[in-house]
Amino acid sequence: MVAGTKDERGSKPVTNRSSAVVFFAGDSGDGMQKAGTQFTDTAAIVGNDVATLPDFPAEIRAPAGTVAGVSGFQINFAADDIHTPGDEVNALIAMNPAAFKAHIEDVEVGGIVIVNDSEFTKVNLRKAGYSEGYNPLDDEKFTLRYKIYKVPISRLNTEALADSGLGAKNIAQCKNMFALGLIYWLYDRPIDPTVKYLDDYYGQVKNLPEVSKANIATLKAGYFFGETTEMFPVRYHVSKAAIKPGKYRKVTGNEALAMGLVAAAKLSGKQLVYCSYPITPASNILHNLAAMRHFGVKTFQAEDEIAAVCAAIGAGFAGQIGVTGTSGPGMALKSEAINLAVMTELPLIIVDVQRGGPSTGLPTKTEQADLLQAMFGRNSDSPLVILAPQSPADCFDIALEASRISLKHMVPVIILSDCYLADGAEPWLIPDSCGLKPIEITHRTDPDGFEPYARDENLVRPWPVPGTPGMEHRIGGLEKQHITGDVSYDAENHQLMSVIRRRKVELVAKQIPHLQVHGESSGDLLVIGWGGTYGSILTAVNRAQQAGKSVSSAHLRYLSPMPGNLGDVVRSFKKVLVPELNMGQLRLLLRARFLVDARGLNKIQGKPFLVEEVEEAIDLMLGGVYGEREFLMPRHHQVRLEDQEYDLGGCQQDSAASIPM
Amino acid sequence: MSALSLTAKDFASDQDVRWCPGCGDYAILNQMRKVCAKLEARRENTVFVSGIGCSSRFPYYMDTYGFHSIHGRAPAVATGVKIANPDLDVWMVTGDGDGLSIGGNHLMHVLRRNVNLKILLFNNRIYGLTKGQYSPTSEEGKKTNSSPMGSIDLPLSPVSVALSSEASFVARCIDIDKNLGEVLERAAAHKGSAFVEIYQDCNIFNHKAFEYATDRAVKEEHIIRLEHGKPLIFGKDRDKGIRLHDHKPEVVQLRSGIKEDDLLFHDEHDESLAFLLSRMSHPDFPEPMGVFYSIGDDCYEDLLTKQIQDAEAARGKADLNALFNSGDTYTIEA
Repeated sequence: MVAGTKDERGSKPVTNRSSAVVFFAGDSGDGMQKAGTQFTDTAAIVGNDVATLPDFPAEIRAPAGTVAGVSGFQINFAADDIHTPGDEVNALIAMNPAAFKAHIEDVEVGGIVIVNDSEFTKVNLRKAGYSEGYNPLDDEKFTLRYKIYKVPISRLNTEALADSGLGAKNIAQCKNMFALGLIYWLYDRPIDPTVKYLDDYYGQVKNLPEVSKANIATLKAGYFFGETTEMFPVRYHVSKAAIKPGKYRKVTGNEALAMGLVAAAKLSGKQLVYCSYPITPASNILHNLAAMRHFGVKTFQAEDEIAAVCAAIGAGFAGQIGVTGTSGPGMALKSEAINLAVMTELPLIIVDVQRGGPSTGLPTKTEQADLLQAMFGRNSDSPLVILAPQSPADCFDIALEASRISLKHMVPVIILSDCYLADGAEPWLIPDSCGLKPIEITHRTDPDGFEPYARDENLVRPWPVPGTPGMEHRIGGLEKQHITGDVSYDAENHQLMSVIRRRKVELVAKQIPHLQVHGESSGDLLVIGWGGTYGSILTAVNRAQQAGKSVSSAHLRYLSPMPGNLGDVVRSFKKVLVPELNMGQLRLLLRARFLVDARGLNKIQGKPFLVEEVEEAIDLMLGGVYGEREFLMPRHHQVRLEDQEYDLGGCQQDSAASIPM
Repeated sequence: MSALSLTAKDFASDQDVRWCPGCGDYAILNQMRKVCAKLEARRENTVFVSGIGCSSRFPYYMDTYGFHSIHGRAPAVATGVKIANPDLDVWMVTGDGDGLSIGGNHLMHVLRRNVNLKILLFNNRIYGLTKGQYSPTSEEGKKTNSSPMGSIDLPLSPVSVALSSEASFVARCIDIDKNLGEVLERAAAHKGSAFVEIYQDCNIFNHKAFEYATDRAVKEEHIIRLEHGKPLIFGKDRDKGIRLHDHKPEVVQLRSGIKEDDLLFHDEHDESLAFLLSRMSHPDFPEPMGVFYSIGDDCYEDLLTKQIQDAEAARGKADLNALFNSGDTYTIEA
């Protein structure tokens, strides 16, 4: 968004913008994630609010130059409070034809497209799937629509590093820094933080001073290219955001979650035992925690998903915090063991960083389709607690909250994060650890009158720890006799225990905050969501409210048990819209639980909602044109009634998106 | 009550034992309680972890801490217990189905990690709790409800599996044999994963599966008792031995020109020999009983604890504020 004013900085005019969305796109090996991360860090350091969306292929190195191998990184940086990585790209950096092809449609009309002209060769155009003799850079369809700047980044980088002493391959690997330097110039960001990073990382950590020097040299070359060449008539400046003063760092969801778990361990005086099997996009929680041995963190890379959850249960039995992390396919494997924790009423935290499914699905793309799996995906009645973070930084708070509930209520807690939150980043106001509430845990040590399945006022059973004399007892997956915990097949007892297990989870609702409504507490439309869609929904609802529409929003961080006032909230609005990155899982629960005519906006594209998509759904709901349809799906970034039928070949679609009323 | 005064009875829980009358599990349970008393185990410090199956009911009958987990996963649960609290004495009880079929993967990994656990695999060569299907140790051609025309699977040797999984201690014994207590004591004393296969009679679904090794009249002809540093001699009259011929074991008659020195000598530290012994099976060979293999090695949970100590020593015991403030931080001024 252009704010209008112009001033002079250096030799070029500078246009002030309130926000900008920059997208780095290139081959998997082109270092786009690094360039994007550096840009994000720098924007954060100079005081912008930031939100990011990394986007990379599931293959480590898909065939070079192909569309399948394109890796991208989107950054929204702003002078305002922002909650999403942005709908439209203002500036795209395309390092090769495939990157151009993959992402040109994301760019706003009139947007900036910087292409690495050196790579637009016949061979590369063919690899990108363009027909023989065609070059999109000569096509008016693009040249009239976008401001395309052809910069021979590869060649300029090679020339800048001709005397670096590096080989051709190493030189080529520096070209992301040339591109980054140019973007720093274009958006008036300082290069110093990246210079410092390159010096620390390559110079100190990797002990490759010549690589560090070369990267810094080409970063500067890129910056000076912008300044010197007549190519770019203006540059842009995004002022500092009015962010709450304090000390910040940028965090991704997975980083925040790892820190939250460590914090929970310290606050409860327990050891964190994190047991996991590598799986995208949860693996870097394991990596983060494995690097925290000096915080007393024990990580266990198990032989499979089942072993990971079982070891975490063993750790809980032995009196520590057992946590297992995974994604959807791993959740499916863990379900039997999660039920063991339900039956034995042991603390256990399960982190599910959701990705596109079913089956292997889309390993590196986001989705929030494991809600019903978390809720019901185990044999028999199996109540447990489910929480979902709403932003990358919120993963910290959710990890703390999950630990608190699990340890104090002797109940398994599932955290439903997602790929978008896990890899996405935002500024995090660093908390003072002294301000964090201790988690007080008592382990019964008095054998007098001890019964393993006696309960307190919250129906919580005691947690006596092996090693404690006189408290020897046996637990397991067989049904328990109420109070004694002995194995029992008694009919009435089984029903009683089923009621207790359910009631115990319901009682957790007493400890959790009521659902807050953003906006008026009643009105025409409530937009209610959960998890990683928070930013898109909030932004869309803010815009609707600014336009005078009677729309409020609410976001569920507690999905089981649900907040006590949820029924009153949804019944206070004439209409309810539930945007979800699945086929309508929360919608199903809300309809079943509260008999409310909730309608859906459902996107299953491996991508977060665009704000605009939610805005369109809001307008359709307010306009009463949803009609009989239970849900709508955005297609090609638009939500339109006429787009809802899919051509399924010979099979006539029986109005899948509508329900009989 | 001082730990010293505990008897086998003190290790019996108040639960009724619900195995079928005559089951081999009773003998193992009694022996286990005796060994706990003899070794002056502390009840509060002892944990029995099991999976699913008849054998896995074991923890309910010991007055210690116990965890009857899910099918095949006892090694993983027990690993978690040891990681969380390395000071506990953890025993794991499993069976041929639980340990080698559904939980085969975990068994392999717990052994290679050398988690300091004592693993008892009750091998009755049948699925008992599910009423008599063939198991991964059932002999080929086994006729059961699920294999009316005879099973067509080759059986596994639990000892071979354990050795191939880099186990640091591997032994075998029989539920009603005199050496059971001795082997359990050796396992308890071992630092690291100790794997013990126990031939166990399921008198309902696979009665007398090991009769050749338990019938007083013939058993000494069919088993060979391993003793470290001693020649491999067997037979009621100790008149037969095992010799290596053309890299293969063969049964030879002693006193017919063959001296003890010509025989194989048992060496608990020789893994090739241990594997060779694990391949000897009835009826071609006497089946070895006792400790096949035993070497000292670091335990997983101790190495993990050491990494934490080393990290704390190298980087200082960190506090939360240091964690939160790690990485690039910046300040937004008021």
